Amino acid sequence: MLSFLNYLISGISLGSIYAIIALGYTMVYGIAKMLNFAHGDFIMVGGYAIFTCMITLGMNPFVSILIAMGVCLLIGVGTEKIAYKPLREAGSPLAVLITAIGVSYLLENLALLIFGSNPKSFTSVVSWSGLTLAGGQLRIQGVTIVTIVVSLAVLLVLQWFVHGTREGQAMLAVSQDRGAATLMGINVNHTITLTFAIGSALAAVAGALLCSAYPTLTPYTGAMPGIKAFVAAVLGGIGSIPGAMIGGIVLGVIEILARTYISSQLSDAIVFGILVVVLLVKPTGILGKNIQEKV
Amino acid sequence: MKKKTLSKSTWTYIVVILVWAVVMILQQAGALSSHLQGLLVPATYYAIVAVGLNICVGILGELSLGHAGFMCVGAFSSSLFSIAMQNTLPVGIRFPLAMLIGIAVAALFGFLIGIPVLRLNGDYLAIVTLAFGEIIKNILNALYLGVDSKGLHASFTSQMDLGLEADGTMLINGPMGISGTPRDANFTIAIVILLIALFVAQNLVNSRDGRAIMSIRDNRIAAESVGINITHYKMLGFVVSAAIAGAAGVLFSHSISTLQAGSQYFGYNVSILILVYVVLGGIGNISGSVLAAAVLYLLPELLRALSSYRMLIYSIVLIAVMLFNWAPAARNWRTKVAARLTKTFGRKERA
Repeated sequence: MLSFLNYLISGISLGSIYAIIALGYTMVYGIAKMLNFAHGDFIMVGGYAIFTCMITLGMNPFVSILIAMGVCLLIGVGTEKIAYKPLREAGSPLAVLITAIGVSYLLENLALLIFGSNPKSFTSVVSWSGLTLAGGQLRIQGVTIVTIVVSLAVLLVLQWFVHGTREGQAMLAVSQDRGAATLMGINVNHTITLTFAIGSALAAVAGALLCSAYPTLTPYTGAMPGIKAFVAAVLGGIGSIPGAMIGGIVLGVIEILARTYISSQLSDAIVFGILVVVLLVKPTGILGKNIQEKV
Repeated sequence: MKKKTLSKSTWTYIVVILVWAVVMILQQAGALSSHLQGLLVPATYYAIVAVGLNICVGILGELSLGHAGFMCVGAFSSSLFSIAMQNTLPVGIRFPLAMLIGIAVAALFGFLIGIPVLRLNGDYLAIVTLAFGEIIKNILNALYLGVDSKGLHASFTSQMDLGLEADGTMLINGPMGISGTPRDANFTIAIVILLIALFVAQNLVNSRDGRAIMSIRDNRIAAESVGINITHYKMLGFVVSAAIAGAAGVLFSHSISTLQAGSQYFGYNVSILILVYVVLGGIGNISGSVLAAAVLYLLPELLRALSSYRMLIYSIVLIAVMLFNWAPAARNWRTKVAARLTKTFGRKERA
């Protein structure tokens, strides 16, 4: 029973990381209506930025994370301006998708050139060793607790930002109807840039937590978590912020439990299988809105 | 006066055959390095999958990110058949049969996956095809299959769990995959398959069925209202697309010694790579896919001299080409330049 609880907690922790990445995916998708395939690679960029600051330059972990958030934010906004914005009026979602794939290749190969293909071993950004409960039988690592707390905080702040501030309201308006939002005097380009900035900065946070929990860093570290987080965003209903959180945690828990109790080789197949089943029952995800098709 | 011209599809066949002839002559003359010779079959087989995926993306208008999965089932099923029949059938009968089996299995998977997938729309459809592709790869990667006097044994845990008799042989050895597939495929066979795939695709586009499929792409509701059976035609396009990907998988498994369901061969990255070929070749342009696949597959390989910079250059070229081709600003600039050129040289602008 206690071991089950242990696995459940590590599942929630992994799910929280997916959730933070998925929040970035879901916001960008909801507002810019594009799949940013390079989002997973922002995690890797964040990881390397923290690695450079904390281990090579010996800075404080907290400062390192802030710097990494800045780096990811600049890269995210820069890619949006250079690669995605010119294609926004092209009328083909595929064109933006392929460009995003190009950006993803670019970031991976830049990291490969700068840092090499050897995995870097990452030191956890959390130095707290964690809690020991139930007379030493239940040990929860510090990074696990920090991950869960951080993701909850991110969710609450984002919910407040989107529903409680002018910029957030502008995001909601753009996601519902871009044309009408422009007519109401909302600067759509500015809003989309802001969304990219938030999503990319969150990717740096996710990178710090991911590399602390699974301490190897390669140029391809972000790819699979990125895809899983995308699956989580779709599972929860893409475009919905609480949906991304729920989707992420469901995915993380299922992945850890499947790996432990069913088969470690088949856990990915089970995770993707769950996505298929959920989308068949509810084609727009758990919290997705069902938009009626009009003729 | 009506001038008789060859159609675009006929030109594609002629160019493909010419390329084949040139390559064969160069090969006879010994002008091709062994490295380049090793790239011929893969380049052709990527061209075939690109043709298959273009039917799904360009003609049917649905984004699939799981075509590597169809290649994977085609490759594994045909490999199993070829190994089983290695000593009983000559190559001339064995390989065509293996090809048919690979195509049939891929088409069957296309049908089964199509039932749930084609109910979804847009990006949801894309992510579910990606999910199915990963599921197929993952299951085949974890599958241990052996045969002995008592019949087939399968397990998802280890070779030991199969409990094979002493006379048993392993067929699929988990992540080690299938080894010992006879290497029946070569460049000439690959070109023949490519020509057949092109023929199937071009005929589909120019047929009654193809027009029905394209009408669904252009406006589903309008198509439905004039009595086109949406489910039937969507499924037709998807299954043909999967079957062609399966044919490429058969070529792949019969040109390498060990077939593994690893990410580098059948992961979502491969599906995305092929999608890049399709989009750069022109969505819905079947001959464009072949050209783009051949050029883009060979480009990074030929840039090997630049070693670690080659993929960096490739990615920058990819982004630049996309911006140049699609961005409205770049398009306006191109029209302007073209207009100025016509003014200067007084040539008629082509439509």
